[in-house]
Amino acid sequence: MLIVGELINSSRKAINEAIDNRDAEYIKKIALEQVAAGADYLDVNCGTKVYNEAECMVWLVNTVQEAVQVPLCIDSPNPKVLEAGLELCKYGQPMINSITDEAERFEAVFPMALKYKTKLVALCMDDSGMPETSDDRMKVVKSLYGKLTSNGFPEQDIYFDPLVKPVSSVETAGQEVLGTIVAIKKAYPNVHFMCGLSNVSYGLPNRKILNRLFVVQTMTLGMDGYILNPTDKGMMGTIKVSQVLLGQDSYCMNYLTAHRSGLFED
Amino acid sequence: MSDFDQLADYVFKGNAYGVKELTQKMVDAGSDPMEIISKGLLAGMDIVGPKFKAGDMYVPEVMMSARSLAEGMKIVKPLLAGKDAAVTKTIIIGTVAGDLHDIGKNLVVMIMESGGFNVVDLGVDVSPEKFVAAIREHNAQIVGLSALLTTTMLNMKATIELIIEEGLRNSVKILVGGAPVSQSFADEIGADGYCADAMAGKEMAAKFLN
Repeated sequence: MLIVGELINSSRKAINEAIDNRDAEYIKKIALEQVAAGADYLDVNCGTKVYNEAECMVWLVNTVQEAVQVPLCIDSPNPKVLEAGLELCKYGQPMINSITDEAERFEAVFPMALKYKTKLVALCMDDSGMPETSDDRMKVVKSLYGKLTSNGFPEQDIYFDPLVKPVSSVETAGQEVLGTIVAIKKAYPNVHFMCGLSNVSYGLPNRKILNRLFVVQTMTLGMDGYILNPTDKGMMGTIKVSQVLLGQDSYCMNYLTAHRSGLFED
Repeated sequence: MSDFDQLADYVFKGNAYGVKELTQKMVDAGSDPMEIISKGLLAGMDIVGPKFKAGDMYVPEVMMSARSLAEGMKIVKPLLAGKDAAVTKTIIIGTVAGDLHDIGKNLVVMIMESGGFNVVDLGVDVSPEKFVAAIREHNAQIVGLSALLTTTMLNMKATIELIIEEGLRNSVKILVGGAPVSQSFADEIGADGYCADAMAGKEMAAKFLN
C-alpha cells in the first residue's frame, strides 16, 4: 500500500495563500501533519499558478524537504515544472503525477520519468477522450504499458490510475473502475495502482461514507495506492482495517498500532 | 392541484413519464405552450434550483428533473415558432482546446437548458476557431468556456483573444468555469463572469440576457 498525501495543492485556498505569501511555516506544518498521519509520499501541485508554476514548484519542494524526509510526488502536466521539481528531490524515489497516452503529453513527460528514474502515475486516457467503460481504459493501459516497458521503464514503477468519475453523473462509474482493476491485475500482475478516489462521491451527500466504502471495494480487488487526505482518520482507519482483513498486515501489527495511536477513536 | 402545478411538481420530482403525458394532454386541450413552459416546466425547475443550491437536492436528482423538463420541452418547443424571447437566446458552451473533461460541462448544459435557454453544446476539446464559428452560426449572446486542467485554462484566454480579433467581443458575454478557474483568473483573461457552479452560471446568464 502506498499512500500519497494530497493536501499540498494550490487549488486549495489555504495552500494558495501560503504560496503567495511564501508562508513556509504553513507548508511545513501541512507536510509534517501528513507524514505523521501515515503518508508515504507527499504530492506537490501548484498547477493553478499558471504564470510561475515552475518557480512555485521549486519553492514548495525546497520548503517541504526542510520539514520532512519523504519522497515527493511532483504533480504537473508541464515537463518544465516536473523537471524543476524533480531535480531538487532529495529523499527516495520521486514520483511523477502524471502521464497519459495523449501523444503530446506522453512525449513531454516520459523523458522526465526515464531521466529521474521516477515512479510514474499513468492516467487511463488518450487523445480519443475520457474513457467510459473498463474496455476503453484497458485499451489505454495496454498501449501505455507497451510504450513504457519497451523503452526500458520498469513495470513495477508504473502506477495506473483508472480514472474515477462521479457516480452521481455516471451511474456505472464505480463498477467500471472495479472492472478495470480486475483486468489490469490479470494482464499485468506486477504493475501498481494510484487512485484519487474522492471524485467518485462528487455531487452526493455523505461523501465520506462513499469514499471509505469505495476504498474497501477497490482494495479488495487489488488497488494498492491512493492519493488522499491522510489526516482523515476515518479513511486511514478504513484502510488499516481493510489491510488486516485482506491478510496484508503481518500479526495485525499495523492495525494494533493504529488502535493504540487513537486512529479508531471518534 | 392545477395542471400547471402538477406539471411543475412532476419536473421537481423528476417524473419524466408524467411530464411527457401531462404536457401532451395540456397541449391537446389547447393550453398556451408559453404558459406550459413558464408556469409548468420552468416553475418546476425553479423549485429545483434553490434546493440544489441549499444542498437539499443532489446532482442525480437535478439530472432527473432536467431530463423530465427536456421531455416536456420537446413537445412544446416546436409549437412556439420563435414567439418567445427566452428560447431564442442562444448560449454556446464547450470545453476548451486540449481538455477532454465533460461531466461538469454537461451539467451546466442541462442547467442552462432548464433555464429555458437555447443551448448549443460544442462538446470537448473545442478550438478557439470552432467557438468563433459557432458564435457566428448561431448568433449567440453568451459563450460558456469550461476547463478542468490548469494547463488548458490558458486556452480560455486564447479563445477570448480570438473572439476579440474576430470582432465579436461586443456581441457576446463570456462566462468561464471549471475546477481550477477562479474569479481572479476570469478577471485576468477578460471574461465577463466567473461561474463557481452550474447554478451560478444559469443565474449569470439570466442576468446578462435580461
